Amino acid sequence: MYHYDEIDQKLVDERVSQFRDQTRRYLAGKLSEDEFRALRLRNGLYIQRYAPMLRIAIPYGLLSTRQLRKLAHIARKYDRGYGHFSTRQNLQLNWPKLPQVPDILAELATVEMHAIQTSGNSFRNITTDHFAGVARDEIVDSFVWCEIIRQWSTFHPEFSYLPRKFKFAVNGAKSDRAAVAVHDIGLHAVRDEKGEVGFRVLVGGGLGRTPMIGFVIREFLPWQHILTYFEAILRVYNRYGRRDNIHKARIKILVKERGPEKFREEVDAEWAHLKDGPATLIPEEIARIENRFTRPNYLGLPATDAALEATLVADRAFANWHKRNVHPHKKAGYAAVTLSLKQTGVPPGDVTVEQMEKIADLADRYSFGELRVSHEQNLIFTDVQLSDLHSLWQEVKALGFATPNVGLLTNIICCPGGDFCSLANAKSIPVAEAIQQRFDDLDYLHDIGEIDVNISGCMNACGHHHVGHIGILGVDKNGEEWYQIQVGGNQGEVRPGVGASLGKVIGPSFARAEIPDVIEKLIDCYLERRDSDAERFVDVVHRVGVEPFKESVYGNVDQRAAHRRGHLASA
Amino acid sequence: MATLIKERRIVADTWRLLSRGPKGELPEAPAQGDAIVPLALWIERRDAFLSYPSRLGVWLDANEGPDPIAADLQRLALVAVNFPKFGDGRGYSIARLLRERHGYKGELRAIGDVLHDHLHFMKQCGFDSFLLREDQDAQEALSALDTFSEGYQTSVLRPVPLFRRRLAAAK
Repeated sequence: MYHYDEIDQKLVDERVSQFRDQTRRYLAGKLSEDEFRALRLRNGLYIQRYAPMLRIAIPYGLLSTRQLRKLAHIARKYDRGYGHFSTRQNLQLNWPKLPQVPDILAELATVEMHAIQTSGNSFRNITTDHFAGVARDEIVDSFVWCEIIRQWSTFHPEFSYLPRKFKFAVNGAKSDRAAVAVHDIGLHAVRDEKGEVGFRVLVGGGLGRTPMIGFVIREFLPWQHILTYFEAILRVYNRYGRRDNIHKARIKILVKERGPEKFREEVDAEWAHLKDGPATLIPEEIARIENRFTRPNYLGLPATDAALEATLVADRAFANWHKRNVHPHKKAGYAAVTLSLKQTGVPPGDVTVEQMEKIADLADRYSFGELRVSHEQNLIFTDVQLSDLHSLWQEVKALGFATPNVGLLTNIICCPGGDFCSLANAKSIPVAEAIQQRFDDLDYLHDIGEIDVNISGCMNACGHHHVGHIGILGVDKNGEEWYQIQVGGNQGEVRPGVGASLGKVIGPSFARAEIPDVIEKLIDCYLERRDSDAERFVDVVHRVGVEPFKESVYGNVDQRAAHRRGHLASA
Repeated sequence: MATLIKERRIVADTWRLLSRGPKGELPEAPAQGDAIVPLALWIERRDAFLSYPSRLGVWLDANEGPDPIAADLQRLALVAVNFPKFGDGRGYSIARLLRERHGYKGELRAIGDVLHDHLHFMKQCGFDSFLLREDQDAQEALSALDTFSEGYQTSVLRPVPLFRRRLAAAK
């Protein structure tokens, strides 16, 4: 856990005072609706369909139990007793009252938390691998780099009014669990032949209306230069990014319009002035940040636990959970555990305050008082002793968080959708539920194997549908909710093979009630074509192409024409 | 009447700001009196302006940059940067370029949609005078200059980033 120093704390406290004053001026009529909007968004405060929505930052998804208890307290005192973990590893409250928001921020500041820049045209929460620091394939501990970037991007005087929002992702391991290719800037740690740390820098990736895979602007940027290099990229973007059209304002559009090579030249020309300047990082600063992170006090344990092995043989339900929700750890005798927030019947990512408090108690007892929020909207205990897994499983199961579906079809990523969000074209949560109900047979789910199903209620793509192996997008047709299906998206090279890619739409959209059938047809098509159960759904799509999947859903060309006629008739 | 904040005080504005017309047409060149002219007028009349009897300033719009006046910065008594809309952040980069890349030492004025809540970052980026939008409460806005007591990044006012200053203080 990173712990603030005096200056970190002071800046957060000063932000609370600033926002308190802004709210006061707004309520006194001294700030226009429009101007206050730009300011409140910088504190994560939206005016949503039913009430304001406050998005609280959980930098790189890392949370202490002290903080989680504070979040529970806030959700109970100022809200309706639950919160929603988002795909940006943040927590959203859906019902706070505007005049009380400054008090909420003040409470957050007492546990080193805030809502700074969780929205608005500014740098957003930095996201990373939820196994940072414990992954066996670690290259660097990405938390350290995330924190350095968090500080650099907090209240940046030059880059606080960007053309549009700006998202960083940092991946510190060999596998890309941070989806670096679909961020405005993605960093993937690498070591050169001398073992020096640097980063592959991708720029201009993103989802939303114009999904794009980021372009590698630099194969190897030595770590000392990341901040000056960011300043160069951001200065080019801040000056020349489009501000005339909100839908063309992300950096990906600038990169595309300039052309990647031309964009790189401009960045390099700017960087020539900044490189080796005072913002060049120094080893002392890296060490200082590293030392402000507390680390678990691991015990020296054997790599295997005989009792655990025996229980895995004896208890099939436990073994199923262990297979999907327990992950290897770099430290012998420990494992990381996913608490699934994807129980059928509960909106993905939603947690009540009672559950938050119970989770905090469990994390204190089993995982050094810390937990992570994953961008898949689950919670992770990263440091659990192997000998504790069975008892932890029993406790987690009693809370409803032991659905053994991590990586499986029912572990759906889903935005709040039309039930909560004013931007949505369609509901997303009921779609997730209908799919989860259809695929309720665990053996079958395990047989289908690893697959990401992502649902967004509109093209803003908060549910990351473009990078779902199956992506579902809610669309509006004459005031009715329809759903478009895409296949073949991939968030990044989580397993060797298919890299980051965007899904392809398979054809005309469907009514909500049709979705479970469509998913079933796609799954059947996959199962018929896979070489072995090691070949995932997305691997098959990339090997055989989209056409067989299209055909499995719409039939052959003649049948498709009939389908279209049917739709026309019903429209 | 727009209010000017300069050197942390509310002061009377002695400069005449020559705006473009509603269709973007250039104003007539002034004959005398302290005046801030649009960049295009400066470029058009540069030679004549060199013998201008009073003080002369140039204002840059958000889509313009300091390059066209870089060689003349010594001659200008004031440079202003326009913020066409309060959410438009291009002026912050222009200000840093003027100060850091081109070494401009004279008065640097923010004009246009200059609001209470922008003053702190504008100041960090090198602005030292602020022509507030008319509806702003200048007394209240003064306090916004000091919203944050520190900053992590390099800026015109803090050319050395916090991590280096921290280290120097610890030694």
